[in-house]
Amino acid sequence: MTMDISQGSAVVPATTSASTIHPAWVRITHWLNAVAMIVMIGSGWQIYNASPLFGFEFPVQITIGGWLAGALLWHFAAMWLLVVNGIVYITLGIASGRFRRKLFPIRPAEVAADVLAALTGKLAHDDLSVYNAVQRLLYVGVILAGIVIVLSGLAIWKPVQLQELTALFGGYDTARYVHFFAMSAIVGFLLVHITLAVIVPKSLRAMIRGH
Amino acid sequence: MPRMRKGVPGVDPKLLIKDAAALLPDPARRHFLRGTASLGVVTFLTGCDIVDSLSAENALRAVSRFNDRVQAMIFQPNKLAPTYPESAITQPFPFNAYYSEDEAPEVDGQDYKLEIAGLVDNTQPWTLDQLYALPEVSQVTRHICVEGWSAIGKWSGTPLRDFLMRIGADMRAKYVYFICAEGYSNTIDMPTALHPQTQMTFKFADQVLPRKYGFPMKIRMPTKLGFKNPKHVVSLVVTNDDRGGYWEDQGYNWFSGS
Repeated sequence: MTMDISQGSAVVPATTSASTIHPAWVRITHWLNAVAMIVMIGSGWQIYNASPLFGFEFPVQITIGGWLAGALLWHFAAMWLLVVNGIVYITLGIASGRFRRKLFPIRPAEVAADVLAALTGKLAHDDLSVYNAVQRLLYVGVILAGIVIVLSGLAIWKPVQLQELTALFGGYDTARYVHFFAMSAIVGFLLVHITLAVIVPKSLRAMIRGH
Repeated sequence: MPRMRKGVPGVDPKLLIKDAAALLPDPARRHFLRGTASLGVVTFLTGCDIVDSLSAENALRAVSRFNDRVQAMIFQPNKLAPTYPESAITQPFPFNAYYSEDEAPEVDGQDYKLEIAGLVDNTQPWTLDQLYALPEVSQVTRHICVEGWSAIGKWSGTPLRDFLMRIGADMRAKYVYFICAEGYSNTIDMPTALHPQTQMTFKFADQVLPRKYGFPMKIRMPTKLGFKNPKHVVSLVVTNDDRGGYWEDQGYNWFSGS
């Protein structure tokens, strides 16, 4: 890309027609992230089962890796895809101005109104290029959960070399809980996200072909 | 991706699976492949059957070796693992091994000799009395298991670095390899062997190292996961060859640094 990314919305004009909802970089990073997240969550559940934090285990059929060593191999391979892709996504999201335009502002009153509208089936989806207040809140929330899950993961992986980070999460054992709850938040988001993509299929279409 | 499932023309896929199984004598490793394939994630990512899932495993192991290099790079030779007050010690400290507590090897301290081999000037074996006479240091550090749990313990012994100097080890060698009484073994990198907290441990909680924690000697490395800390060590080899290890050979990450 040769264009000046400091010009915000002027970014990627060559590939962005008037009807484009999601530019190519959003779609590519979205689907790479989907693959990375599925592998990280599935293998993470298998790793969790080796030493459960709570009184339950994940059914082995929905985990990845077959046993602890296999799951760790998947987890520490997919982390590179998750992190590199995530950095590209967040950098372009900020530099292009897309985050600022699409995800902000988030006003509590609008969130409350849109939650009510959604629950009563009155939330409109006519214009997919504009996110409603609930979408904004959830998208910002899941990006933050993504950052927390990576940082807490690093704190667990490197509690000596990155001990200052581990201390920031309240120590090794607490960092494991933070990592687990960040996963829970992301899985919760995914359930809503996938359900709504099925209910509003044109949103899924837009994330595949761009419009 | 049904086209890829047809496999190689003229080759009976059933025979290939048989061959693959023969290469995997360990039941746990077969389980790894079965479990991976059963979810279909491998199929989803690579469009593979059992033959291709061997190449998926090879790809994963290649990434794991890349991760070894990354971990060696970010390893800081003088960065100390956090230490804790004795009040933080976990009680009871968990026993963990691939065998049960009463299957732990019984080493006779009278007959015991630590064998020394490889790139060292003095390969004279060491008796327990000689080892106990070495200068003693203690540490209260966190043992972190690859399974995720952790426990704080107190270990006492002599820094491995000082011992390697004493026996005239070639510090430019790449690895130190440990063989244990029960047949366990593993290889560590020289920078970790020379880390100030890497310890030849003879005591746990101020008492002679009990059988369950690795009598007569374990190697305590708070910069590595628990399974990289060998117990019941009977032989120490300074070498330039990576000789692998019990768990490492089955797919656990080789460096496994904390």
